[in-house]
Amino acid sequence: MEIVLSLAIGIVFGSGIWLVLRPRSFQVLTGLMLMSYAVNLFIFAMGRLSLDQPPLTPVGTVPDPAVLADPVPQALVLTAIVIGFATTALYLVVMIGARGLSGTDHVDGEEPET
Amino acid sequence: MSLDWTRHLVIVPILLPLLCGALLAPLTEGRHRLKFAAAYVSVCGLLATALALVVFTDTRWPGGVQPYFAANWAAPFGIALVADRLSALMLVLTALLALAALHYAQPRWGRIGVHFHSLFQFLLMGINGAFLTHDLFNLFVFFEVMLAASYGLVLHGYNVARLRASMQYIAVNLAASLLFLIGVALVYATTGTLNMADLARRVGALAPHSLGLLQAGVAVMALAFLAKGAMWPLGFWLPTTYAAASPPVAAMLVLMTKVGAYVVLRIWLLVFPESAGAAARFGYDALLWGGMATIVFGAAGMLATDTLGRMAGYAAIVSSGTLLAVIGYGQPALVKAGLYYFVASTIALSAFMLLGELVDRIRTPAAAVLALTAEAYAVEDTPAEPKGRGVPAAMAFLSLAFAACALMIAGLPPLSGFVAKFGMFHALVNPGQGMPPIGARGWTLMALVIASGLVAIVSLMRFGVRTFWAADILGPPRLHAAEVLPVAALLAVSVLLTVQAEPVYRYLARAGADLHRPGLYIDRVLGTPPVPGPAAEAR
Repeated sequence: MEIVLSLAIGIVFGSGIWLVLRPRSFQVLTGLMLMSYAVNLFIFAMGRLSLDQPPLTPVGTVPDPAVLADPVPQALVLTAIVIGFATTALYLVVMIGARGLSGTDHVDGEEPET
Repeated sequence: MSLDWTRHLVIVPILLPLLCGALLAPLTEGRHRLKFAAAYVSVCGLLATALALVVFTDTRWPGGVQPYFAANWAAPFGIALVADRLSALMLVLTALLALAALHYAQPRWGRIGVHFHSLFQFLLMGINGAFLTHDLFNLFVFFEVMLAASYGLVLHGYNVARLRASMQYIAVNLAASLLFLIGVALVYATTGTLNMADLARRVGALAPHSLGLLQAGVAVMALAFLAKGAMWPLGFWLPTTYAAASPPVAAMLVLMTKVGAYVVLRIWLLVFPESAGAAARFGYDALLWGGMATIVFGAAGMLATDTLGRMAGYAAIVSSGTLLAVIGYGQPALVKAGLYYFVASTIALSAFMLLGELVDRIRTPAAAVLALTAEAYAVEDTPAEPKGRGVPAAMAFLSLAFAACALMIAGLPPLSGFVAKFGMFHALVNPGQGMPPIGARGWTLMALVIASGLVAIVSLMRFGVRTFWAADILGPPRLHAAEVLPVAALLAVSVLLTVQAEPVYRYLARAGADLHRPGLYIDRVLGTPPVPGPAAEAR
């Protein structure tokens, strides 16, 4: 499971880096989104991978850390998703504004000379 | 036992701008007088709170460190805010600059566009939060609050230049935020804590294989701070963004650059001090050499540019690089002098940013073109006959203020920039007891700081001569009193810093001494119990 997950995170992050380095603003945005998905998965995995372990203690039992998942990375990842979503949406608005004012979707705001 | 009211002051610098910004958001733009008044009240409240915090941390609270537990959760579990001498001083600095920028924005910048005042308040909330928080993930949240507000503010007064600069600025900072998250996740995975004091306690006892992972995590996280602090080669976005932003926003951006250096200072002195065993002094050399490379890059940029906005941006890079090198040199006496430089250079650069727009008003487009052609073709133009008329007051103010800013940025006597640099050199040459004497690294740093000051004075003098003496001025520029006052006030604060350098230095010495005792933070943050609830009190 560790190998599959780390490969998945690596491939998604790598694709994100490739897209961020592309010249069109929409590609950059997609790249940033892919990178943030990979980072979210990464944070989640930092709480250790485990199966069938709830982050909660059932009523009436003594808490036992051995059978519980770590709730902190789950809380962190929720916050990170919300913040990443908001800032990406904001970047999208800036991108549309730049497209409208400069008439091109190149990240430099002008078409490269061919 | 309820909490002593003074302790609640620690959270006021975050709550006050949050509430004010939220209240201002639904008001329509037509009511800008009301908006301005509310924002002004909020910023004055922030200044009063920050001054009170300086007094309390310095005289009243044990050890000068006061934790505040959000929602009353005890230290490593909940989010802890910590006020100490350094963070209190940073809050004063933030409030002062905010007051100046807000006042400057009153006649023009606050009235165009939408939601200037709300965004400004949220920016203050983010900056204050980053200064106060003692939790790594909470630091990330406040960084994002600060950045999200700054994205909106950089775009304020929407034009092509600002959009183009924002495209880069936002993309760089989004990528840096992702690095921040990766670093935080790695730190949590290796140590199981996000509280800085708890992290400092655990780092000495880490197994060697986790230590490597922790150092990797902190290094990745530091990339995010250093991108904000514009360390070479992470700072290429900075001059374009600063030159494009409107002046009051640019003045606040200067402070945001320093937030990066502040966080590096705080985390490094707490987590990787001399006493941290195998982790001691991790990364100090990288900070020192990176900082020196930043000084060189910024100085070269200052020489190469002839617009005021970009020159100020490169000056900010130089000052940021100096600070990072001072932190990386790893000597307590130097850190104390570096803190004085932190305050003095931030005030000088902010005043310079505000002044920039006013100075540009006397540079007619024709004068700018002339300067360009003079550069390209080495034209010898014959000066016009002197007319023998008096210097108008506006021109006198602009040129004197420009000269004062130039002296402070270059570090020439008699203003605060000189005191700051002299203090740093003194600390370098007299390292104090038990410290190695000044070596090749120290001499290199000193030479670079002197050379960068020389470069600054050359490029600023070139600009000043062309603008104030050689430009073809048709009439004195029109200045609004509300625009002159904040610049004059910031310069007056600098003069005060110079005249009252001794008490300021003493305060900074106490703040620096605290920073070099991680045990103090561990005791105070982890040792302070939460407030007992009403049930426990009834028993």
